Amino acid sequence: MSHASHEGENKIMHQPEKATLEGRNKVLGFWLFLGGETVLFGTLFATFIALRGESNGVLAKDLFDMTLVAIATFILLTSSLTSVLATQALHRGNAKQMINWLIVTVILGFSFLGLEIYEFYHYVHLGHTFSSSPFGSSFYALVGFHGAHVALGVAWITILIVQGMRKGITTYTAPKFYVAGLYWHFIDVVWVFIFTVVYLMGEVGF
Amino acid sequence: MAHKAKKYKGLMDWLTTVDHKKIGIMYLIAGAFFFVIGGIEALLIRLQLMFPDIRAFGDDTAQIFNELITMHGTTMIFLAAMPILFGLMNAIVPLQIGARDVAFPFVNALGFWTFLFGGLLLNISLFTGGMPDAGWTSYVPLASNEFSTSRGVDFYTIGLQIAGIGTLIGGINFLVTIINMRAPGMTFMRMPLFTWATFVASIIILFAFPAFAVGLILLTFDRLFDANFFDVASGGSPVLWQHIFWIFGHPEVYILILPAFGIISDIISNFSRKRLFGYASMVFATMLIGFLGFMVWAHHMFTVGLGPVANALFAVATMLIAVPTGMKVFNWLLTLWGGQITYNTANLFAMSFIPTFVMGGVTGVMLAVAPANAQMHDTYFVVGHFHYVIVGGIVLSLFAAAYYWWPRMFNKELNEGLGKFTFWTFYIGFHLTFFVQHILGLMGMPRRVFTYLPNQGWDTMNLVSSIGAFLMGIGFLATVINIVITTAKKKKSVADPWDGRTLEWAIPSPTPEYNFKQLPLVRSIDPLFYEKVQGNKGMTPAEPVGPIHMPNASILPFVMSFGLFVAGLGFMYQDGGLNNDFLNFIFENFIVAFVGIGITLLCMFLRSVIDDHGYHIEVEELEDEGAKI
Repeated sequence: MSHASHEGENKIMHQPEKATLEGRNKVLGFWLFLGGETVLFGTLFATFIALRGESNGVLAKDLFDMTLVAIATFILLTSSLTSVLATQALHRGNAKQMINWLIVTVILGFSFLGLEIYEFYHYVHLGHTFSSSPFGSSFYALVGFHGAHVALGVAWITILIVQGMRKGITTYTAPKFYVAGLYWHFIDVVWVFIFTVVYLMGEVGF
Repeated sequence: MAHKAKKYKGLMDWLTTVDHKKIGIMYLIAGAFFFVIGGIEALLIRLQLMFPDIRAFGDDTAQIFNELITMHGTTMIFLAAMPILFGLMNAIVPLQIGARDVAFPFVNALGFWTFLFGGLLLNISLFTGGMPDAGWTSYVPLASNEFSTSRGVDFYTIGLQIAGIGTLIGGINFLVTIINMRAPGMTFMRMPLFTWATFVASIIILFAFPAFAVGLILLTFDRLFDANFFDVASGGSPVLWQHIFWIFGHPEVYILILPAFGIISDIISNFSRKRLFGYASMVFATMLIGFLGFMVWAHHMFTVGLGPVANALFAVATMLIAVPTGMKVFNWLLTLWGGQITYNTANLFAMSFIPTFVMGGVTGVMLAVAPANAQMHDTYFVVGHFHYVIVGGIVLSLFAAAYYWWPRMFNKELNEGLGKFTFWTFYIGFHLTFFVQHILGLMGMPRRVFTYLPNQGWDTMNLVSSIGAFLMGIGFLATVINIVITTAKKKKSVADPWDGRTLEWAIPSPTPEYNFKQLPLVRSIDPLFYEKVQGNKGMTPAEPVGPIHMPNASILPFVMSFGLFVAGLGFMYQDGGLNNDFLNFIFENFIVAFVGIGITLLCMFLRSVIDDHGYHIEVEELEDEGAKI
């Protein structure tokens, strides 16, 4: 695709999500939306940090199973990589490859969700529930909000995969794939902070 | 690409429209509707406080009073002032930057409908056994289940949550519109001040509203699902609520006042027949106020006990805001200085804004002095202060904007005689109502208390305050009559009734649905005035006449918001308590809530999978315009 004769066409295909004004609007608007989401999670983090010391005797370091959390983290971060590979395929104009990488991303997302549901189930049995203490409330609010974001992302990308199969990559569909990639990165970044603030800092005690 | 658009008529046209001008009008109507409700609540408050030691609403007066002050504040801020400003932004900003629509017409409609359904949800609490009664700040523990036993606060949290979604996406929409959709030559430093103010206010919305969304959802969890965020007994923190609320709540007042500053700047410049004095400093003052607005939230919490260091820092930061605000005041005065001033209704309101707002600003700096604040906290001094900035600032500017932009929005001019009557009654009534409240506050009259004992020296001033409130009501009524008369009249306005300076006056009247047949080439600040000075009849086009791309109308935004409304009710009544077994069954098992969420998700799904390319207005249709639209 790097022949000089194809340069004009190449420019459009290189970033098809920004080829139209509608596309540029969508990408910019989505970045701004992620700015708002940052404040949303920032407030949840602040709430968690303010209230994490108020537990009903079930302490974070007795609770957390770091092996499980480490596996979940590994899965989610890998899915970030696969979504980059999907976006790169989008920029190469290779719909088939993009869809395959998106499918891998969704599978990894589902695995993460499965682990998280098991984790929550496990904690509830240890007496760490949403209404047991402020630590519990703020833990489930923060981690649960993130989980809800993952669930929404998985559903969204699944719909996009079907659309990609039917419609291919056009200047109309490209912005959709691109902003879904941005979204997926965002929730991965949030997880990095959750892993640090909730789990690692919980392990050393606070 | 579809060439022929589906055209709806009548009610369906309004329910499905994605045209920013029609959405602007709907915001204006809905905002005015809630303004009337909030105004009636205000008059009832003043009725109860007119005389000492009375029970205007019978035995339940204290409770009713609590509900009235809560709903008055909440309605006026979230459902009246903001939507009316959003209406003006929608109607005017795309025209001022030379755009054919906003960046996301569909999202724009969605923002309006979520606001409306959120507002309606909040207000139907009137018919369901108790409105919210914990103040517009909804402080815990007052707002907890223990002390607020009706469902009122649930209506507050969920209603505002839904309305807040609309505000957030509206803000994002304006940001992208202003960044990406400016006409050729319309650089950032040529934008009218109202557009600038909209830009900065939208940034504040983007970073302030998500914090409030979290606060509301935590309170909802506490009240409906036994969470412990704010419950002291189990280790929760009521001060956390105050922080979250004011981290949003203080920027919120700048979301309201910055667009008002923008309106005043445009109108004063227009009716002084001068370029705005100190344009660049106005822009930077706007940005500085927007930035500092996030740094001062704890000045609402001086009496909480954050300690002298925190109080001192927040006091100094608060006083700093007086600097860019002062810059603005001097720029307005110097714009008027030596100008050819027109004394019509719009400009009377705009000019009267200046001294009134300065008074509100001065009491603001007084309140920023933390030690003095300990004396004035929760007294009528605070009530006087914030009504001077909100009524004396925002409402006066909204009146000015209505009289100024009415011809552009509705193609007719409001009556000047009735307009001036509104101005004098409202302005005098306003000062009568709120000036004395400062003195009452300094004498120790506490706010949010439903009555007071006689012979403390408060009786006369409270009577004066109430009389002033009714005078303001009469003034507003005159404008309502004005609107009715003007709407009934046949006489159309000319396209440029005020000899305007900015792009919105360069368009033929009525405004075509595509705004600009050819995008204008902007060659200066005050672009229309520049062309007039150059001897040109209108703007120089930046492009040849070509087919214009238009977005399709859609019912989805309406249905999507309705789904949220249903879901809100569903979650609120998940503990049953209704008089009907079937209703209890569907609410207690979350059937209603999930049906509501299902409707919304289904709409999102449809929006994603159905391609919506819009349609084109062809050149031939553009040429034989005039008859149509």
